[in-house]
Amino acid sequence: MTRTIQLTLDINGHSHELDVEPRVTLLDALREHLLLTGTKKGCDQGQCGACTCHVDGKRVLSCLTLAAQVEGRQITTIEGIAAENGDLHPVQAAFLEHDAFQCGYCTPGQIMSAVACIKEGHTGSDEEIREYMSGNLCRCGAYNSVVAAVREAAEAAR
Amino acid sequence: MRDFSYFRATSAEDARQAALQASAVMLAGGTTLLDLAKCGVAEPEAVIDITHLSGLDGIAVNQEGAVIGTLAKMAAVADHPDIKAWFPAVSESLSLAASAQLRNMATIGGNLLQRTRCAYFRDPLTFPACNKRNPGSGCSALGGVIRNHAVLGVSEQCIASYPGDLAAALVALDAVVDLGQRQVPVDDFFLPYDHAPERETVLQPGEMILGISIPASVAARNSTYLKVRDRQSYEFAAASAAVGLELESDNRTIKDIRVALGGVASKPWRARAVEQALIGKALEEQTVARAARLAMDGAVSYGDNLYKIELAPRVITRAIMKVGGLA
Ligand SMILES: Cc1cc2nc3c(=O)[nH]c(=O)nc-3n(C[C@H](O)[C@H](O)[C@H](O)COP(=O)(O)OP(=O)(O)OC[C@H]3O[C@@H](n4cnc5c(N)ncnc54)[C@H](O)[C@@H]3O)c2cc1C
Ligand code: SF4
Ligand code: FES
Ligand code: FES
Repeated sequence: MTRTIQLTLDINGHSHELDVEPRVTLLDALREHLLLTGTKKGCDQGQCGACTCHVDGKRVLSCLTLAAQVEGRQITTIEGIAAENGDLHPVQAAFLEHDAFQCGYCTPGQIMSAVACIKEGHTGSDEEIREYMSGNLCRCGAYNSVVAAVREAAEAAR
Repeated sequence: MRDFSYFRATSAEDARQAALQASAVMLAGGTTLLDLAKCGVAEPEAVIDITHLSGLDGIAVNQEGAVIGTLAKMAAVADHPDIKAWFPAVSESLSLAASAQLRNMATIGGNLLQRTRCAYFRDPLTFPACNKRNPGSGCSALGGVIRNHAVLGVSEQCIASYPGDLAAALVALDAVVDLGQRQVPVDDFFLPYDHAPERETVLQPGEMILGISIPASVAARNSTYLKVRDRQSYEFAAASAAVGLELESDNRTIKDIRVALGGVASKPWRARAVEQALIGKALEEQTVARAARLAMDGAVSYGDNLYKIELAPRVITRAIMKVGGLA
Protein backbone atom coordinates (compact mmCIF):
# COMPACT_ATOMS: atom_id res chain seq x y z
CA MET A 1 0.00 0.00 0.00
CA THR A 2 1.49 3.31 -0.99
CA ARG A 3 -0.43 6.41 -0.18
CA THR A 4 1.59 9.24 -1.59
CA ILE A 5 1.05 12.86 -0.78
CA GLN A 6 1.77 15.90 -2.91
CA LEU A 7 4.14 18.40 -1.45
CA THR A 8 5.63 21.70 -2.54
CA LEU A 9 9.00 22.30 -0.95
CA ASP A 10 10.90 25.58 -1.05
CA ILE A 11 14.54 24.57 -1.45
CA ASN A 12 17.34 27.06 -1.99
CA GLY A 13 14.80 29.62 -3.15
CA HIS A 14 13.17 27.36 -5.73
CA SER A 15 9.85 25.67 -5.43
CA HIS A 16 9.79 21.89 -6.03
CA GLU A 17 6.74 19.68 -6.43
CA LEU A 18 7.00 16.10 -5.32
CA ASP A 19 4.86 13.07 -4.69
CA VAL A 20 6.12 11.06 -1.74
CA GLU A 21 5.00 8.59 0.89
CA PRO A 22 4.31 10.40 4.18
CA ARG A 23 7.18 8.58 5.87
CA VAL A 24 9.82 10.05 3.52
CA THR A 25 12.30 12.18 5.40
CA LEU A 26 13.58 15.50 4.15
CA LEU A 27 16.96 13.82 3.67
CA ASP A 28 15.55 11.12 1.40
CA ALA A 29 13.37 13.64 -0.44
CA LEU A 30 16.47 15.72 -1.20
CA ARG A 31 18.70 12.85 -2.19
CA GLU A 32 16.38 10.31 -3.80
CA HIS A 33 13.58 12.47 -5.18
CA LEU A 34 15.26 15.77 -6.04
CA LEU A 35 18.77 14.42 -6.66
CA LEU A 36 20.28 17.05 -4.40
CA THR A 37 22.93 14.66 -3.12
CA GLY A 38 25.14 17.23 -1.41
CA THR A 39 23.36 16.52 1.86
CA LYS A 40 24.82 13.27 3.20
CA LYS A 41 23.34 10.31 5.04
CA GLY A 42 25.60 9.04 7.79
CA CYS A 43 23.73 7.39 10.64
CA ASP A 44 20.16 8.22 9.55
CA GLN A 45 19.34 8.42 13.28
CA GLY A 46 20.21 11.90 14.45
CA GLN A 47 23.64 11.01 15.78
CA CYS A 48 26.21 12.31 13.30
CA GLY A 49 25.15 15.63 11.73
CA ALA A 50 26.07 14.67 8.13
CA CYS A 51 22.53 15.51 7.01
CA THR A 52 22.47 19.05 8.48
CA CYS A 53 20.37 21.57 6.50
CA HIS A 54 18.73 24.84 7.40
CA VAL A 55 14.99 25.21 7.86
CA ASP A 56 13.86 28.83 8.18
CA GLY A 57 17.51 29.73 8.77
CA LYS A 58 18.05 27.27 11.65
CA ARG A 59 20.29 24.22 11.42
CA VAL A 60 18.40 20.94 11.73
CA LEU A 61 18.91 17.26 10.94
CA SER A 62 17.12 16.30 7.74
CA CYS A 63 17.18 12.58 8.63
CA LEU A 64 14.80 13.15 11.55
CA THR A 65 12.56 15.62 9.71
CA LEU A 66 9.64 14.48 7.57
CA ALA A 67 9.48 16.13 4.15
CA ALA A 68 5.77 16.71 4.78
CA GLN A 69 6.55 18.59 7.97
CA VAL A 70 8.56 21.32 6.26
CA GLU A 71 6.11 22.27 3.52
CA GLY A 72 5.85 26.05 3.65
CA ARG A 73 9.27 26.45 5.30
CA GLN A 74 12.43 27.74 3.67
CA ILE A 75 14.93 24.95 3.24
CA THR A 76 18.59 25.61 2.48
CA THR A 77 21.04 22.86 1.58
CA ILE A 78 24.76 22.88 0.88
CA GLU A 79 23.92 23.43 -2.81
CA GLY A 80 22.29 26.73 -1.90
CA ILE A 81 24.94 28.65 0.02
CA ALA A 82 27.44 29.74 -2.66
CA ALA A 83 26.80 33.03 -4.43
CA GLU A 84 24.82 33.08 -7.69
CA ASN A 85 28.04 33.70 -9.64
CA GLY A 86 29.60 30.57 -8.16
CA ASP A 87 31.79 32.31 -5.58
CA LEU A 88 32.14 30.05 -2.57
CA HIS A 89 30.48 30.96 0.70
CA PRO A 90 33.18 32.30 3.09
CA VAL A 91 32.77 29.20 5.28
CA GLN A 92 33.31 26.92 2.27
CA ALA A 93 36.42 28.91 1.41
CA ALA A 94 37.71 28.67 4.97
CA PHE A 95 37.23 24.88 4.97
CA LEU A 96 39.30 24.65 1.78
CA GLU A 97 42.00 26.92 3.09
CA HIS A 98 42.32 25.03 6.37
CA ASP A 99 42.03 21.58 4.83
CA ALA A 100 39.17 20.97 7.22
CA PHE A 101 38.36 17.52 5.88
CA GLN A 102 39.92 14.32 4.71
CA CYS A 103 37.39 12.02 3.01
CA GLY A 104 34.88 14.88 2.86
CA TYR A 105 31.81 12.88 3.79
CA CYS A 106 30.95 14.91 6.87
CA THR A 107 31.91 18.20 5.21
CA PRO A 108 28.57 19.44 3.81
CA GLY A 109 27.03 18.89 7.24
CA GLN A 110 29.99 20.54 8.97
CA ILE A 111 29.71 23.57 6.68
CA MET A 112 25.95 23.95 7.10
CA SER A 113 26.40 23.63 10.84
CA ALA A 114 29.29 26.11 10.86
CA VAL A 115 27.35 28.73 8.88
CA ALA A 116 24.59 28.53 11.50
CA CYS A 117 27.02 28.41 14.42
CA ILE A 118 28.59 31.67 13.25
CA LYS A 119 25.18 33.28 12.73
CA GLU A 120 24.12 32.20 16.24
CA GLY A 121 27.23 33.85 17.64
CA HIS A 122 28.56 30.69 19.29
CA THR A 123 32.14 31.27 18.22
CA GLY A 124 33.52 33.23 21.16
CA SER A 125 36.36 30.80 21.82
CA ASP A 126 37.69 27.52 20.45
CA GLU A 127 35.99 25.81 23.37
CA GLU A 128 32.65 27.34 22.45
CA ILE A 129 33.13 26.39 18.80
CA ARG A 130 33.86 22.80 19.81
CA GLU A 131 30.78 22.67 22.03
CA TYR A 132 28.45 24.14 19.42
CA MET A 133 29.91 22.02 16.60
CA SER A 134 29.72 18.81 18.66
CA GLY A 135 26.67 17.62 16.73
CA ASN A 136 28.87 17.02 13.68
CA LEU A 137 31.02 13.94 13.93
CA CYS A 138 34.04 13.38 11.68
CA ARG A 139 35.33 9.84 11.35
CA CYS A 140 38.56 11.18 9.82
CA GLY A 141 39.15 13.32 12.88
CA ALA A 142 39.58 16.63 11.07
CA TYR A 143 38.28 18.44 14.14
CA ASN A 144 41.23 20.76 14.75
CA SER A 145 41.09 22.10 11.21
CA VAL A 146 37.32 22.42 11.39
CA VAL A 147 37.68 24.58 14.50
CA ALA A 148 40.36 26.68 12.76
CA ALA A 149 38.14 27.16 9.71
CA VAL A 150 35.12 28.14 11.79
CA ARG A 151 37.21 30.52 13.89
CA GLU A 152 38.60 32.25 10.81
CA ALA A 153 35.26 32.50 9.03
CA ALA A 154 33.70 33.90 12.21
CA GLU A 155 36.43 36.51 12.56
CA ALA A 156 36.04 37.51 8.92
CA ALA A 157 32.28 37.88 9.44
CA ARG A 158 32.72 40.27 12.40
CA MET B 1 10.14 2.44 8.86
CA ARG B 2 6.53 1.35 8.40
CA ASP B 3 4.44 3.67 6.30
CA PHE B 4 1.79 5.80 7.96
CA SER B 5 -0.77 8.39 7.07
CA TYR B 6 0.06 12.05 7.64
CA PHE B 7 -2.31 14.63 9.02
CA ARG B 8 -1.39 18.27 9.62
CA ALA B 9 -3.40 19.53 12.59
CA THR B 10 -4.71 23.08 12.45
CA SER B 11 -5.84 23.37 16.07
CA ALA B 12 -5.04 21.66 19.36
CA GLU B 13 -8.58 20.26 19.44
CA ASP B 14 -8.09 18.89 15.95
CA ALA B 15 -4.87 17.20 17.06
CA ARG B 16 -6.46 15.68 20.16
CA GLN B 17 -9.38 14.30 18.15
CA ALA B 18 -7.07 12.80 15.53
CA ALA B 19 -4.84 11.32 18.23
CA LEU B 20 -7.78 9.26 19.52
CA GLN B 21 -7.55 6.99 16.44
CA ALA B 22 -5.93 3.65 17.12
CA SER B 23 -2.15 3.76 16.61
CA ALA B 24 -2.05 7.51 16.09
CA VAL B 25 0.79 9.63 17.49
CA MET B 26 1.57 13.31 17.55
CA LEU B 27 4.65 14.54 15.76
CA ALA B 28 6.52 17.50 17.22
CA GLY B 29 10.27 17.83 16.56
CA GLY B 30 10.31 14.17 15.50
CA THR B 31 13.70 13.53 17.07
CA THR B 32 12.37 10.75 19.29
CA LEU B 33 9.44 9.60 17.20
CA LEU B 34 11.18 9.24 13.82
CA ASP B 35 14.26 7.76 15.43
CA LEU B 36 12.16 5.07 17.11
CA ALA B 37 10.09 4.52 13.96
CA LYS B 38 13.35 3.77 12.13
CA CYS B 39 14.38 1.34 14.88
CA GLY B 40 11.04 -0.44 14.55
CA VAL B 41 10.08 0.46 18.12
CA ALA B 42 7.37 2.96 17.15
CA GLU B 43 4.96 1.70 14.51
CA PRO B 44 2.34 4.40 14.16
CA GLU B 45 -0.40 4.09 11.56
CA ALA B 46 -1.23 7.77 11.69
CA VAL B 47 1.10 10.67 12.37
CA ILE B 48 -0.45 13.93 13.48
CA ASP B 49 1.83 16.85 12.78
CA ILE B 50 1.38 19.48 15.48
CA THR B 51 4.30 21.66 14.38
CA HIS B 52 2.13 24.00 12.32
CA LEU B 53 -0.11 24.95 15.27
CA SER B 54 0.27 28.57 16.24
CA GLY B 55 0.40 30.09 19.69
CA LEU B 56 1.95 27.08 21.39
CA ASP B 57 5.60 28.13 21.30
CA GLY B 58 5.51 31.08 23.70
CA ILE B 59 8.00 31.67 26.50
CA ALA B 60 6.72 34.14 29.09
CA VAL B 61 8.45 34.98 32.36
CA ASN B 62 7.11 37.25 35.12
CA GLN B 63 7.28 37.48 38.94
CA GLU B 64 5.08 34.40 39.31
CA GLY B 65 7.26 32.21 37.17
CA ALA B 66 7.65 30.95 33.62
CA VAL B 67 5.04 29.64 31.23
CA ILE B 68 6.43 27.77 28.24
CA GLY B 69 4.37 26.45 25.34
CA THR B 70 4.85 22.84 24.29
CA LEU B 71 6.17 23.76 20.86
CA ALA B 72 8.91 26.05 22.18
CA LYS B 73 12.19 24.64 20.92
CA MET B 74 14.86 23.45 23.34
CA ALA B 75 17.27 26.05 21.90
CA ALA B 76 14.79 28.91 22.27
CA VAL B 77 14.18 28.09 25.94
CA ALA B 78 17.88 27.49 26.68
CA ASP B 79 18.88 30.85 25.19
CA HIS B 80 15.98 32.92 26.54
CA PRO B 81 17.50 35.69 28.70
CA ASP B 82 14.79 35.51 31.41
CA ILE B 83 15.01 31.72 31.63
CA LYS B 84 18.78 32.04 31.99
CA ALA B 85 18.40 34.66 34.71
CA TRP B 86 15.52 33.19 36.73
CA PHE B 87 15.80 29.46 36.03
CA PRO B 88 19.46 28.74 35.25
CA ALA B 89 19.08 25.00 35.92
CA VAL B 90 16.44 24.83 33.17
CA SER B 91 18.56 26.71 30.66
CA GLU B 92 21.66 24.66 31.48
CA SER B 93 19.85 21.31 31.35
CA LEU B 94 18.77 22.18 27.82
CA SER B 95 22.01 23.62 26.50
CA LEU B 96 23.93 20.59 27.80
CA ALA B 97 21.54 18.22 26.02
CA ALA B 98 21.83 16.69 22.54
CA SER B 99 23.35 18.94 19.84
CA ALA B 100 22.66 22.40 18.43
CA GLN B 101 20.74 20.87 15.52
CA LEU B 102 18.58 18.65 17.74
CA ARG B 103 17.88 21.57 20.08
CA ASN B 104 16.58 23.59 17.12
CA MET B 105 14.14 20.79 16.28
CA ALA B 106 13.06 19.29 19.59
CA THR B 107 10.18 20.76 21.55
CA ILE B 108 9.58 21.00 25.30
CA GLY B 109 6.59 18.63 25.29
CA GLY B 110 8.37 16.10 23.09
CA ASN B 111 11.44 16.38 25.27
CA LEU B 112 9.54 15.25 28.36
CA LEU B 113 8.21 12.28 26.39
CA GLN B 114 11.56 11.05 25.08
CA ARG B 115 12.14 7.34 25.61
CA THR B 116 14.95 5.40 27.21
CA ARG B 117 18.21 4.84 25.31
CA CYS B 118 18.38 1.18 26.50
CA ALA B 119 20.10 -0.49 23.51
CA TYR B 120 17.94 -3.61 23.93
CA PHE B 121 14.75 -1.57 23.87
CA ARG B 122 15.95 0.14 20.68
CA ASP B 123 16.62 -3.11 18.80
CA PRO B 124 13.46 -5.22 18.66
CA LEU B 125 14.70 -7.51 15.87
CA THR B 126 17.75 -8.73 17.77
CA PHE B 127 16.22 -8.54 21.26
CA PRO B 128 12.54 -9.48 21.22
CA ALA B 129 12.41 -9.67 25.03
CA CYS B 130 11.70 -6.25 26.53
CA ASN B 131 9.00 -5.64 29.12
CA LYS B 132 8.78 -2.01 28.18
CA ARG B 133 7.99 -2.75 24.51
CA ASN B 134 6.16 -5.96 25.09
CA PRO B 135 4.92 -6.47 28.67
CA GLY B 136 5.69 -9.93 30.03
CA SER B 137 8.36 -10.75 27.44
CA GLY B 138 11.26 -10.36 29.87
CA CYS B 139 14.22 -8.00 30.00
CA SER B 140 17.15 -8.48 27.62
CA ALA B 141 19.29 -5.98 29.50
CA LEU B 142 19.66 -8.12 32.61
CA GLY B 143 23.04 -9.78 32.28
CA GLY B 144 23.87 -7.57 29.30
CA VAL B 145 25.78 -4.32 28.85
CA ILE B 146 24.14 -1.97 31.31
CA ARG B 147 26.68 0.76 31.98
CA ASN B 148 24.05 3.41 31.34
CA HIS B 149 21.10 1.75 32.99
CA ALA B 150 19.34 2.97 36.11
CA VAL B 151 19.95 2.13 39.76
CA LEU B 152 16.89 3.83 41.30
CA GLY B 153 13.24 2.95 40.77
CA VAL B 154 14.12 -0.25 38.96
CA SER B 155 13.25 -3.91 39.35
CA GLU B 156 13.97 -7.08 37.44
CA GLN B 157 11.07 -6.06 35.21
CA CYS B 158 13.10 -3.21 33.75
CA ILE B 159 16.28 -1.34 34.61
CA ALA B 160 16.16 1.28 31.87
CA SER B 161 16.99 4.83 32.80
CA TYR B 162 14.98 7.90 31.83
CA PRO B 163 17.55 9.82 29.80
CA GLY B 164 16.18 13.37 29.73
CA ASP B 165 17.97 16.32 31.28
CA LEU B 166 15.24 18.97 31.30
CA ALA B 167 12.81 16.87 33.33
CA ALA B 168 15.27 16.62 36.22
CA ALA B 169 15.49 20.42 36.39
CA LEU B 170 11.71 20.73 36.17
CA VAL B 171 11.11 18.19 38.93
CA ALA B 172 13.56 20.01 41.21
CA LEU B 173 11.80 23.33 40.62
CA ASP B 174 8.23 22.03 41.14
CA ALA B 175 7.17 22.63 37.53
CA VAL B 176 3.72 21.63 36.33
CA VAL B 177 2.61 20.09 33.03
CA ASP B 178 -0.41 21.76 31.41
CA LEU B 179 -2.67 19.14 29.82
CA GLY B 180 -5.55 21.55 29.22
CA GLN B 181 -8.14 19.65 31.28
CA ARG B 182 -5.73 19.11 34.14
CA GLN B 183 -2.47 20.39 35.55
CA VAL B 184 -0.04 17.74 36.75
CA PRO B 185 3.20 18.33 38.68
CA VAL B 186 6.07 17.03 36.53
CA ASP B 187 7.06 14.74 39.39
CA ASP B 188 3.64 13.01 39.23
CA PHE B 189 3.49 13.14 35.43
CA PHE B 190 6.17 10.44 35.32
CA LEU B 191 5.30 7.05 36.78
CA PRO B 192 7.94 4.99 38.53
CA TYR B 193 8.03 1.94 36.29
CA ASP B 194 9.28 -0.73 38.59
CA HIS B 195 6.13 -2.80 38.11
CA ALA B 196 4.68 -1.67 34.79
CA PRO B 197 7.62 -0.43 32.72
CA GLU B 198 5.41 0.04 29.67
CA ARG B 199 3.54 2.85 31.46
CA GLU B 200 5.85 5.85 31.73
CA THR B 201 3.55 8.83 32.20
CA VAL B 202 -0.01 9.63 33.21
CA LEU B 203 -0.80 10.90 29.70
CA GLN B 204 -4.03 9.34 28.40
CA PRO B 205 -4.90 8.65 24.74
CA GLY B 206 -6.07 11.87 23.11
CA GLU B 207 -4.40 14.03 25.74
CA MET B 208 -1.95 16.65 24.62
CA ILE B 209 0.72 18.56 26.47
CA LEU B 210 0.03 22.26 25.98
CA GLY B 211 2.98 23.53 27.95
CA ILE B 212 4.69 23.71 31.31
CA SER B 213 4.84 26.29 34.05
CA ILE B 214 7.61 26.78 36.57
CA PRO B 215 6.99 28.75 39.75
CA ALA B 216 9.54 31.43 40.57
CA SER B 217 11.54 30.95 43.79
CA VAL B 218 14.84 31.99 45.27
CA ALA B 219 16.02 28.40 44.88
CA ALA B 220 15.04 28.47 41.19
CA ARG B 221 17.00 31.67 40.66
CA ASN B 222 20.01 30.19 42.41
CA SER B 223 20.03 26.86 40.62
CA THR B 224 22.31 24.83 38.41
CA TYR B 225 22.42 21.64 36.38
CA LEU B 226 25.56 19.53 36.58
CA LYS B 227 25.89 16.77 34.00
CA VAL B 228 28.63 14.16 34.10
CA ARG B 229 29.03 11.93 31.05
CA ASP B 230 31.36 9.69 29.09
CA ARG B 231 32.28 12.37 26.60
CA GLN B 232 32.36 16.10 27.03
CA SER B 233 29.48 16.97 24.74
CA TYR B 234 26.61 15.42 22.76
CA GLU B 235 26.12 12.60 25.24
CA PHE B 236 23.48 11.53 27.72
CA ALA B 237 24.17 11.86 31.44
CA ALA B 238 25.94 9.09 33.32
CA ALA B 239 24.65 11.01 36.33
CA SER B 240 23.36 14.54 36.62
CA ALA B 241 21.96 16.75 39.34
CA ALA B 242 19.61 19.72 39.22
CA VAL B 243 19.88 21.69 42.43
CA GLY B 244 18.48 24.95 43.75
CA LEU B 245 19.50 26.63 46.99
CA GLU B 246 18.26 29.40 49.27
CA LEU B 247 20.30 30.38 52.31
CA GLU B 248 19.08 32.16 55.45
CA SER B 249 20.17 35.77 55.95
CA ASP B 250 23.28 34.52 57.78
CA ASN B 251 24.35 33.36 54.30
CA ARG B 252 25.26 29.96 55.74
CA THR B 253 22.21 28.10 56.96
CA ILE B 254 20.20 26.24 54.35
CA LYS B 255 16.64 27.54 54.12
CA ASP B 256 15.38 25.82 50.99
CA ILE B 257 17.07 23.25 48.84
CA ARG B 258 15.98 21.24 45.78
CA VAL B 259 17.74 18.20 44.46
CA ALA B 260 16.77 16.02 41.50
CA LEU B 261 18.78 13.44 39.60
CA GLY B 262 19.02 12.52 35.94
CA GLY B 263 20.55 9.50 34.22
CA VAL B 264 20.36 7.19 37.22
CA ALA B 265 16.67 6.42 37.68
CA SER B 266 13.59 5.10 35.93
CA LYS B 267 12.12 8.60 36.00
CA PRO B 268 13.43 12.10 36.75
CA TRP B 269 14.21 11.57 40.42
CA ARG B 270 13.57 14.08 43.17
CA ALA B 271 15.87 13.35 46.12
CA ARG B 272 13.67 14.58 48.96
CA ALA B 273 15.62 12.70 51.65
CA VAL B 274 18.70 14.76 50.76
CA GLU B 275 16.71 17.99 50.92
CA GLN B 276 15.16 17.15 54.31
CA ALA B 277 18.54 16.21 55.77
CA LEU B 278 19.99 19.58 54.76
CA ILE B 279 17.31 22.10 55.66
CA GLY B 280 18.46 24.07 58.71
CA LYS B 281 22.04 22.80 58.40
CA ALA B 282 25.10 24.87 57.65
CA LEU B 283 26.31 24.72 54.06
CA GLU B 284 29.50 22.79 54.55
CA GLU B 285 31.02 20.16 52.27
CA GLN B 286 31.10 17.21 54.68
CA THR B 287 27.50 17.76 55.76
CA VAL B 288 26.40 18.02 52.16
CA ALA B 289 28.34 14.93 51.09
CA ARG B 290 26.85 12.89 53.94
CA ALA B 291 23.32 14.01 53.07
CA ALA B 292 23.90 13.36 49.36
CA ARG B 293 24.43 9.67 50.06
CA LEU B 294 20.80 9.44 51.18
CA ALA B 295 19.80 9.85 47.54
CA MET B 296 21.04 6.32 46.94
CA ASP B 297 18.85 4.65 49.58
CA GLY B 298 17.26 1.69 47.84
CA ALA B 299 19.60 1.88 44.84
CA VAL B 300 20.26 -1.45 43.10
CA SER B 301 22.84 -2.33 40.50
CA TYR B 302 22.53 -5.43 38.35
CA GLY B 303 26.05 -5.12 36.96
CA ASP B 304 28.40 -2.58 35.45
CA ASN B 305 26.32 0.47 36.37
CA LEU B 306 27.43 0.04 40.00
CA TYR B 307 29.65 3.12 39.61
CA LYS B 308 26.55 5.31 39.46
CA ILE B 309 25.81 4.65 43.13
CA GLU B 310 29.18 6.19 43.96
CA LEU B 311 29.06 8.88 41.28
CA ALA B 312 25.58 10.36 41.80
CA PRO B 313 26.13 11.59 45.40
CA ARG B 314 29.38 13.23 44.30
CA VAL B 315 27.57 15.01 41.49
CA ILE B 316 24.93 16.22 43.96
CA THR B 317 27.60 17.45 46.37
CA ARG B 318 29.54 19.30 43.69
CA ALA B 319 26.36 20.92 42.34
CA ILE B 320 25.25 22.10 45.78
CA MET B 321 28.68 23.50 46.63
CA LYS B 322 28.66 25.27 43.25
CA VAL B 323 25.32 27.05 43.79
CA GLY B 324 26.45 27.79 47.34
CA GLY B 325 29.39 29.66 45.82
CA LEU B 326 31.87 27.27 47.44
CA ALA B 327 33.05 25.20 44.48
C1 LIG C 1 21.44 11.73 19.05
C2 LIG C 1 20.55 12.25 20.13
C3 LIG C 1 21.10 12.74 21.30
C4 LIG C 1 20.27 13.22 22.31
N1 LIG C 1 20.84 13.67 23.46
C5 LIG C 1 20.03 14.11 24.46
C6 LIG C 1 20.57 14.57 25.70
O1 LIG C 1 21.81 14.60 25.89
N2 LIG C 1 19.72 14.97 26.66
C7 LIG C 1 18.35 14.98 26.48
O2 LIG C 1 17.62 15.37 27.39
N3 LIG C 1 17.81 14.55 25.33
C8 LIG C 1 18.62 14.11 24.33
N4 LIG C 1 18.06 13.65 23.18
C9 LIG C 1 16.60 13.47 23.11
C10 LIG C 1 15.90 14.70 22.58
O3 LIG C 1 16.01 15.74 23.52
C11 LIG C 1 14.44 14.31 22.35
O4 LIG C 1 14.40 13.42 21.26
C12 LIG C 1 13.57 15.50 22.03
O5 LIG C 1 13.56 16.42 23.08
C13 LIG C 1 12.15 15.06 21.73
O6 LIG C 1 11.40 16.19 21.35
P1 LIG C 1 10.65 16.23 19.94
O7 LIG C 1 9.88 17.51 19.87
O8 LIG C 1 11.59 15.96 18.83
O9 LIG C 1 9.66 15.01 20.14
P2 LIG C 1 8.94 14.04 19.11
O10 LIG C 1 9.87 13.01 18.63
O11 LIG C 1 8.19 14.81 18.08
O12 LIG C 1 7.88 13.40 20.10
C14 LIG C 1 8.26 12.52 21.14
C15 LIG C 1 7.01 11.86 21.70
O13 LIG C 1 6.18 12.80 22.34
C16 LIG C 1 4.90 12.84 21.76
N5 LIG C 1 4.51 14.26 21.80
C17 LIG C 1 5.24 15.31 21.34
N6 LIG C 1 4.64 16.47 21.64
C18 LIG C 1 3.51 16.15 22.30
C19 LIG C 1 2.45 16.92 22.88
N7 LIG C 1 2.45 18.26 22.85
N8 LIG C 1 1.44 16.26 23.51
C20 LIG C 1 1.44 14.91 23.56
N9 LIG C 1 2.39 14.13 23.03
C21 LIG C 1 3.41 14.74 22.41
C22 LIG C 1 5.05 12.25 20.39
O14 LIG C 1 3.86 11.63 19.96
C23 LIG C 1 6.15 11.23 20.62
O15 LIG C 1 5.61 10.05 21.14
C24 LIG C 1 18.87 13.20 22.13
C25 LIG C 1 18.30 12.74 20.94
C26 LIG C 1 19.12 12.26 19.94
C27 LIG C 1 18.50 11.76 18.67
S1 SF4 D 1 15.89 -2.52 30.66
FE1 SF4 D 1 13.71 -2.12 30.24
S2 SF4 D 1 13.78 -1.17 28.23
FE2 SF4 D 1 15.75 -2.25 28.46
S3 SF4 D 1 15.41 -4.36 27.68
FE3 SF4 D 1 14.97 -4.42 29.87
S4 SF4 D 1 12.73 -4.11 29.91
FE4 SF4 D 1 13.40 -3.39 27.93
S1 FES E 1 22.39 11.21 8.97
FE1 FES E 1 21.23 12.65 10.10
S2 FES E 1 22.40 12.85 11.91
FE2 FES E 1 23.41 11.22 10.91
S1 FES F 1 36.40 14.30 6.61
FE1 FES F 1 35.99 12.16 6.65
S2 FES F 1 34.36 12.06 8.07
FE2 FES F 1 34.99 14.11 8.27
